[in-house]
Amino acid sequence: MARIEPPSLRQCLGPAERFLYDRHARACLCELQAGTVLGGRLAELADKSVLVATASQLTTALALIELDGVARRLTILPPDSDPDHLAAIVGDAGIEAVVLDRASPASAAFAGTRQVVCTGEIAPAPQLPEPARVTEWVMLTSGTTGVPKMVVHGVAGLTAAFRGRTLDSDVVWGTFYDIRRYGGLQIFLRAVLGGTSLVLSSAGEPIAAHLERLGDNGVTHLLGTPTHWRRALMSPAIAAIAPRYVRLSGEIADQAILDNLRKTFPQAVVSHAYASTEAGVAFEVRDGLAGFPAEFVERARDGVEMKVRDGSLRIRSPRAAARYLGADAALADRDGFVDTGDMVELRGERYLFAGRRGGIINIGGLKVHPEEVEAVINRHPRVRMSLVRGKKNPVTGAIVIADVVLKEAGHKPAADDGAGEIDRVKGDILQFCRDVLPRHKVPAAISIVPALDVAATGKLARHHG
Amino acid sequence: MSVKLTITRQMEEIAREHGKILAPLRDDLVLLDSGLDSLGFAVLVARLEDKLGVDPFTASEEAVFPVTFGDFVKVYENGAH
Repeated sequence: MARIEPPSLRQCLGPAERFLYDRHARACLCELQAGTVLGGRLAELADKSVLVATASQLTTALALIELDGVARRLTILPPDSDPDHLAAIVGDAGIEAVVLDRASPASAAFAGTRQVVCTGEIAPAPQLPEPARVTEWVMLTSGTTGVPKMVVHGVAGLTAAFRGRTLDSDVVWGTFYDIRRYGGLQIFLRAVLGGTSLVLSSAGEPIAAHLERLGDNGVTHLLGTPTHWRRALMSPAIAAIAPRYVRLSGEIADQAILDNLRKTFPQAVVSHAYASTEAGVAFEVRDGLAGFPAEFVERARDGVEMKVRDGSLRIRSPRAAARYLGADAALADRDGFVDTGDMVELRGERYLFAGRRGGIINIGGLKVHPEEVEAVINRHPRVRMSLVRGKKNPVTGAIVIADVVLKEAGHKPAADDGAGEIDRVKGDILQFCRDVLPRHKVPAAISIVPALDVAATGKLARHHG
Repeated sequence: MSVKLTITRQMEEIAREHGKILAPLRDDLVLLDSGLDSLGFAVLVARLEDKLGVDPFTASEEAVFPVTFGDFVKVYENGAH
């Protein structure tokens, strides 16, 4: 094979027998060294900008391995992407070809591109094009309103947090976290480069069945968001797994979830990692405490420098993304620091996370802009104004709630029908939200209030970290 | 209204709002088999705080989210006193 640096994923597979598993199938990775999941059509995709838009994570994973080092650019479409955004994604990423599987929905946005089906089954193919270039990887962010930002990475940066580290041969990775998001992709790459098997999640699989499957496949290292872990701990089937390394990422890990995991898996290392799609993996905390030691900020570690300015965490790192695609916004400041938008507060010798700047609410890893929900509520004919904010929640980390001022705020409803009337209006506003917003953006509760604070700027006063 | 009845009503309402089918709420029912998902339970805890004036899970760092419906009701019965 041609020598490229870093070597392509296919060049890292090695002869050992190991597998990728999902709910329905397993694929033996060593067969991919001289095999294809793309019907032998890899040559058609050489040097092309390719969108991987398969429905299942298993087909995504196999297609990424086959294409890395051959395609010019790989753009990974996350699950639940808004079909209305596809045309912009195809345009901005200069997509020339799309990899689909049997369950991928059809889209008019793909017209004019070459379409290749990934079967998920590896067919022998001795004459595949050799990896000959360093492929650009593009991930989509979840933190924006409208079309997601597209973030360009190199494999060198994506794998810098663990490259060169050897894993024990009995390690089996598992992830609750989708590999089409940054945190999950890290684990996919760790498994491929580390020579281990990997157990993926499957859409629609009940948590108990998933936990049994993780146990049956002997998972030793397991990643999830705090929300994934809280849900797993609610299942009696948690007893089916005995990981020795438990990892959390994607949301703030609070002390309660860290303590519960330590209690449930006393033999395991419980670690929480901090990463963002733009800044890459910044650090991992293994002392069982929420937040991170203040000394992380004072000293560069593995080339990762951090500082806190105006309350938010800034990172300069060889693991950071190179740039945005199709957006004018700069990814880093002039000195090369990425502003993560995550607010931190110093408490003694430790920094604790205090939420997102701009009040962005993180609901089990899905981000919500308050303004987007307010805009919907404010369209309701009886609403004068509204304030949407996050509220701490033991299941999903946070939940959306709304304070609403009605147009007839000065009018006090008659005592006899007042409560019923208020409940009717609240129910009506909620139904209005449910009609147009995804479920996680619909407020869990609405309070009717007489007035909202307006700051000196004339904007709503938002009280947040 | 008893704590248990309040919880039952709220679960029925959330299931309806989220388009889920609620399993019969026996004490030994595993919550994850009730038909509500993580978001459903998140909403439930927020609504119960409104109705019962307490979120026992956020109030205490110790509290573990229970596995069964019966245990869930007990956490609120203890928290409401």
